[in-house]
Amino acid sequence: MAVEVKIPPMGESITGGLLATWLVKSGDAVRKGQPLFSYETDKVTSEGTAEVDGRITINVEAGTEVLVGQVVASIEAGAAGTAPPPSAVAAPAVKSAVTQVAAKAPAAPVAAKLGAAAEVSPAVRRLSAETGLNPAGIEGTGKAGRVTKGDMLAALAGQTPIQAPVTAAPAPSAVAQVSSPAAAVVIPSRDGRTSRKRMSPLRRKIAERLVQAKSETAMLTTFNEVNMAPVMELRKRHGEEFLKKYGVKLGFMSFFVKAAVQAMKEVTAINAQLDGEDIVENHFYDIGVAVGTDKGLMVPVVRGCDQLNFAGIEKAIGDFGKRARDGKIQLPELQGGVFTISNGGIYGSMLSTPILNHPQAAIMGLHNIVERPVAENGQVVIRPIMYLALSYDHRIIDGKEAVTFLVKVRQFIEDPQRLLFGV
Amino acid sequence: MSQFDLVVIGSGPGGYVAAIKAGQLGLKVALVEKDNSLGGTCLNVGCIPSKSLLHSTEVYQHALHGKKHGLVGTEKLTFDVAAMLANKDKVVAQLNMGVGALLKKRNVEIVRGLGRLAKAGEVLVRSTSGDRTLETKNILIATGSVPIELPFMKFDGETVISSDHGISLKAVPEKMVVVGAGAIGLELGSVWARLGSQVTVVEMLPSIGGPSYDADVAKAAQSAFEKQGIKFEMGAKVTGVKKSASGSALTAERDGKPLEFAADKILVAVGRKANTTGLGAQEAGLKLDERGRIIIDGHFQTNLPGVYAIGDVVAGPMLAHKAEEEGVAVAENLAGKHGHVNYAIIPGVIYTDPEVACVGLSEADAKAKNIEVMIGKFQLAGNGRAIASDGTAGFVKVIACAKTDKLLGVQMVAKGASEMIAAACAHMEYGGSAEDVARTCFAHPTVSESFKEAAMAVSKTSIHSL
Repeated sequence: MAVEVKIPPMGESITGGLLATWLVKSGDAVRKGQPLFSYETDKVTSEGTAEVDGRITINVEAGTEVLVGQVVASIEAGAAGTAPPPSAVAAPAVKSAVTQVAAKAPAAPVAAKLGAAAEVSPAVRRLSAETGLNPAGIEGTGKAGRVTKGDMLAALAGQTPIQAPVTAAPAPSAVAQVSSPAAAVVIPSRDGRTSRKRMSPLRRKIAERLVQAKSETAMLTTFNEVNMAPVMELRKRHGEEFLKKYGVKLGFMSFFVKAAVQAMKEVTAINAQLDGEDIVENHFYDIGVAVGTDKGLMVPVVRGCDQLNFAGIEKAIGDFGKRARDGKIQLPELQGGVFTISNGGIYGSMLSTPILNHPQAAIMGLHNIVERPVAENGQVVIRPIMYLALSYDHRIIDGKEAVTFLVKVRQFIEDPQRLLFGV
Repeated sequence: MSQFDLVVIGSGPGGYVAAIKAGQLGLKVALVEKDNSLGGTCLNVGCIPSKSLLHSTEVYQHALHGKKHGLVGTEKLTFDVAAMLANKDKVVAQLNMGVGALLKKRNVEIVRGLGRLAKAGEVLVRSTSGDRTLETKNILIATGSVPIELPFMKFDGETVISSDHGISLKAVPEKMVVVGAGAIGLELGSVWARLGSQVTVVEMLPSIGGPSYDADVAKAAQSAFEKQGIKFEMGAKVTGVKKSASGSALTAERDGKPLEFAADKILVAVGRKANTTGLGAQEAGLKLDERGRIIIDGHFQTNLPGVYAIGDVVAGPMLAHKAEEEGVAVAENLAGKHGHVNYAIIPGVIYTDPEVACVGLSEADAKAKNIEVMIGKFQLAGNGRAIASDGTAGFVKVIACAKTDKLLGVQMVAKGASEMIAAACAHMEYGGSAEDVARTCFAHPTVSESFKEAAMAVSKTSIHSL
């Protein structure tokens, strides 16, 4: 019996995305739970897995835009494949499959599979193979709507929009064969002085959201500096034991998350957002932690930070970091944050003005720790100093509140015992 | 109720194809033909008989120059014009029968006589055996064209002849002057030149082949023909015929200076004109343009409802294949389907040796339209098959859009160009680019590879040229 492989639901706001890579080939034997394809939406990259053991037949080539619920393959349950199934779905096996595919990707590009599926001219096939641009998503000007080389060149030059062909069939299986180039295909210009590639859906969404934050909010940034010596001292003193006990390092982030939570409790305007003409105040503390990945910035959310201890926060952040880099963050994990902490310090940033993570009202930027001469009690002393930045939506947060928040954070970091007592 | 869904007047390639197509699509069709044989000009006195003669004379030429291929006794080789004409007639007769069989198969009723527009929905067919009125829902006029006659030198069938006569000369004229360096003049000029006639082509324009061809293409063709002994008098305006006791001569002038070309036969091939003779166009109120062609709309309909016209009798290139395409489209439209002719991609061919062919825009056309183009050329001298077949004269030229690489036009002077141009048409019909041609596998060795090489030359990636 054939079991359909569908694009899994990804959350309410997601209707479709890019089927980025197939991790198996048509005819392969697959096992239940085995990752079959990676799937990229504007918010997250995830994987689709096999629901049954059997032999897979792929219907949609990699690089195609797909809809949630769309059938992209079928598995003939129980049938043996031309390639043996992985002996188990243990992590190492999957991992090697991923690496293998990744290594093969440039040599066997998307369009190599176009063949019989889409009758396109040889020049169009070549361009598709070289750029990853799938002609199925381009409005053709040739006979009976065929895509010509000129159409491809125009689409690549951004002269014509790549759009979904209108399809009359409403069923989800009616494929919206919009396509988009596979992620990392770079087209060098003729003289080699420039090269271009398409934005991935994730990158497009990031761009859109950043511009939205800039244009739809009254954003400004306040700064402060914080002496990191007390936190460093605490880490030195308890770090080893902490690691032994919880299996995770005691980092700076847990201090800042805790400090932010406590400061938000005191300056409630920070934990709020605008909804139309209403101000919605949040009474929970789900804090987004920005994680850089090679596909772009991702902000997974650590839930209930007020309820978590330091170890819980460090574990959550560590797990996100690893999974974000592997592209395995699930969409719900990115949703519902009330505040964001972004640490540019790990890349060496001295000072920056972060952009709001819309529709949140504030974002805190952490920076590098540098030994700086500071005056303490009339003496110039050297202290490990970090600059803090808080960008906030001035429409609902006043300067006084923003500054107070940041001062509170500073106080909690410079005297972590305050966190114990909430003072 | 009407007897017929469609009455077609004229059984040339436009008319008979329309009739067959309409029959195929289930319409009840009658086909009216005034001549004894079916097939119109093309089959009886045009394309087909001239091809037969071109082939016969080519066989003769091959044999005549067959010494290097090991033929012995070629210096004593002679020919029999009457046998050539008989062979031609046999070819024509075979095709006449073929057309009749095809029409019969599609239940098309053939009505002999001269068709005339009577009342609306009626065609009056007059013949020696009496008149007959055909009632019909639709009428298709496909009455073709006739050779243009110059008013100051009317066809006499003896000295001043048309192409109709030019395919049936009983003997090879010692001296022949061809007026007009278009396809007809060049083809018939070639036929008689190959048989030993001293042929001079007199043309008013500066280049041969007509305005479709780029100057470089026309020049290459002209020089190939000159090597075969045909003389060209370009830019010369014909003024008349001078007859004297010593013989006839064509008079002309160039830059105000008089010219005179002695001739036993003067073949006037200056074009053809729409034929509406006997159709009763005026009485029926059928609108014609200033050149006597029937005016039609985008669906081939004349100003008279239910009356359509196609082929040489309407505007456009006077080519059998253009008429055929229109015939199919009309029939499809009448049967409720979608008929369409892509006028941008109608090939033109001159069936000489080498042949000359073109489709789409010339380089000059493109430039006139301000389209930036990339040109790829490939000389047949670099083609293996051409070398092995004594066919190294000429080249293939590909005109592609500089921006999109789309094939805009293809022109060629080459042995077998008439067949090779089809590949260009197919690529162009599907919006193909030069690269598409370059990435299509061609059989080796073929002269057609020259087309592929020329396409590669557009991006300067030709393999077999420097």
